[in-house]
Amino acid sequence: MITVDITVRLGDFTLAADFAVPTNGVTALFGRSGSGKTTIVNAIAGLVRPERGRIAVHDRVLFDSEAGIDVPTARRALGYVFQEGRLFPHMAVRRNLLYGQRGRHAHGPAMEEAVSLLGLEGLLDRLPFSLSGGERQRVAIGRALLAGPRMLLMDEPLASLDTERRAEILPYLAGLRELLDIPIIYVSHQFDEILSLADFLVLVRNGGVAATGPVEDVASEWQLGPGRENDGAVVLACRVREHDPGFGLTRLDWAGGSLWVAGIDAAPGSEVRLGIRARDITIGLQPPRDTSCLNVIAARIEALHGIGHAETDVRLEAGGTAFRARVTRRSAETLGLVPGMQVHALIKASGIDVTVRAGQAG
Amino acid sequence: MLGFTPLEIEALALSARVAAWSVLICLPSGIAVALVLVRCRFPGKWLLDGIVHLPLVLPPVVVGYALLVLMGRSGLIGGWLYATFGVTLAFSWQGAAVAAAVMAFPLMVRPVRLSLETLDRGLEDAARTLGAGGIRVWATITLPLCLPGILTGTVLAFARSLGEFGATITFVSNIPGETRTLPLALYSVTQVPGDPVPAIRLALISVAVALLALLISELLARRISARLGARTRNAS
Repeated sequence: MITVDITVRLGDFTLAADFAVPTNGVTALFGRSGSGKTTIVNAIAGLVRPERGRIAVHDRVLFDSEAGIDVPTARRALGYVFQEGRLFPHMAVRRNLLYGQRGRHAHGPAMEEAVSLLGLEGLLDRLPFSLSGGERQRVAIGRALLAGPRMLLMDEPLASLDTERRAEILPYLAGLRELLDIPIIYVSHQFDEILSLADFLVLVRNGGVAATGPVEDVASEWQLGPGRENDGAVVLACRVREHDPGFGLTRLDWAGGSLWVAGIDAAPGSEVRLGIRARDITIGLQPPRDTSCLNVIAARIEALHGIGHAETDVRLEAGGTAFRARVTRRSAETLGLVPGMQVHALIKASGIDVTVRAGQAG
Repeated sequence: MLGFTPLEIEALALSARVAAWSVLICLPSGIAVALVLVRCRFPGKWLLDGIVHLPLVLPPVVVGYALLVLMGRSGLIGGWLYATFGVTLAFSWQGAAVAAAVMAFPLMVRPVRLSLETLDRGLEDAARTLGAGGIRVWATITLPLCLPGILTGTVLAFARSLGEFGATITFVSNIPGETRTLPLALYSVTQVPGDPVPAIRLALISVAVALLALLISELLARRISARLGARTRNAS
């Protein structure tokens, strides 16, 4: 576990963060700008000193105000990829890459491996100013890796890039996820990045941690996902079962049943995440027969909540996973929906956003 | 007419020696003081800042007199130096170097300070996350990135030291072969009525030496900015 329980005061801003996340896989710190995500990462790196608290990775204590422990940044054995790259402007790419290799045990990949993984072959003798934004970030990632870190911190590494460049870097980040067996903490305010990269989510709001848990759980609980915030959202973890090239569709296995979605480019067996607007899920009491809707899921109503005057949020459960639908209050009353009832959830294939889990596109 | 006269060679060599030593004194101490002024917070910092800059605004004679009082053989510091090391600064070329260094000091500190202030400290943080301790961060990141400022300071301090007159003549007098640098030699020559040629020659030599210093600094600055390219060509 990575355990963080700290209070940081920076001028008028106070951050009080308390969470524990698993050390395997990618943990995303998600929240709006100014919510305190970067401050948390800086405290883990030792670049910001908390007023009080404790930070530990496994049983290795990095900071403990009570015990008087504050391991200097240089000895925390971290890789930190900054939003702006922060390449050393007076050193060629090769020297930047090798900067952290001195005097450390190599936990990470060797130089050639990093160079080929990140596609840096042609850049080694260039100076940072002559690189594009995407190239700079790739070098920054390589530099962090080559320091042989025991944990990788990434502070919005894609934020300074345009859509095309982001698409260029994402596969490399995905590759890291596969290659490294060290914890990765990934800061972002873009939910699609998190759907594609993260396993675990820490939701940061107004200088505090609002929720911690697996991405699907936190997303469903906090209505994070596609669409506007008050639309309601559902995030489901699925696996590709088969493709139907004739109709251009893909069939996915989900704990609650199987789902058809518009064809995606991923090999059978790949993990994908679905983002569905709760509004795109309809509820029927009987399994519908003549309908254009391809996906009908048998589910049980867990709870009902009124949203404003006219809408009702219906919490559903199927195959042990929770999701939700948004219907009008009138429909809910007409159908006589009550908790515990067995119903059928109809999900339009065209209303589903599919994010292929990083590293699995095929 | 073409060859240098013994007087000129003597003054030129002495000036070069005094200026070189002055820069050697200013360089490490100037960088250290700039670092303290930029990075440290302590009460009375304004006083240190003021003292460093005093030679820029005081009449040089005042600085020379203060040096004489403090560093003369019976002065507070001079007496101790003489008692401990048997060194006398007053009326010696070493004293001339000290006088030049004091006058040149603010010119060394200012550009170094400016480049330290504009340095992106995020780069130092990045180096630390990569495992670099304080000394390595300083030697591989801070110092190289401040090089343009250090270079400017060095050239300004060297030029100022070559031309130092007031504090020098007050502190170490105008002794041929010992403290008679180029400007003092020129001053002596102009005090004798008659032939204007020696004075003109000494003035021209001063101009030539100053131009040479500027030229060298310009060449070095170009090499540095070619390596740092980002600053000029891609300011984003």
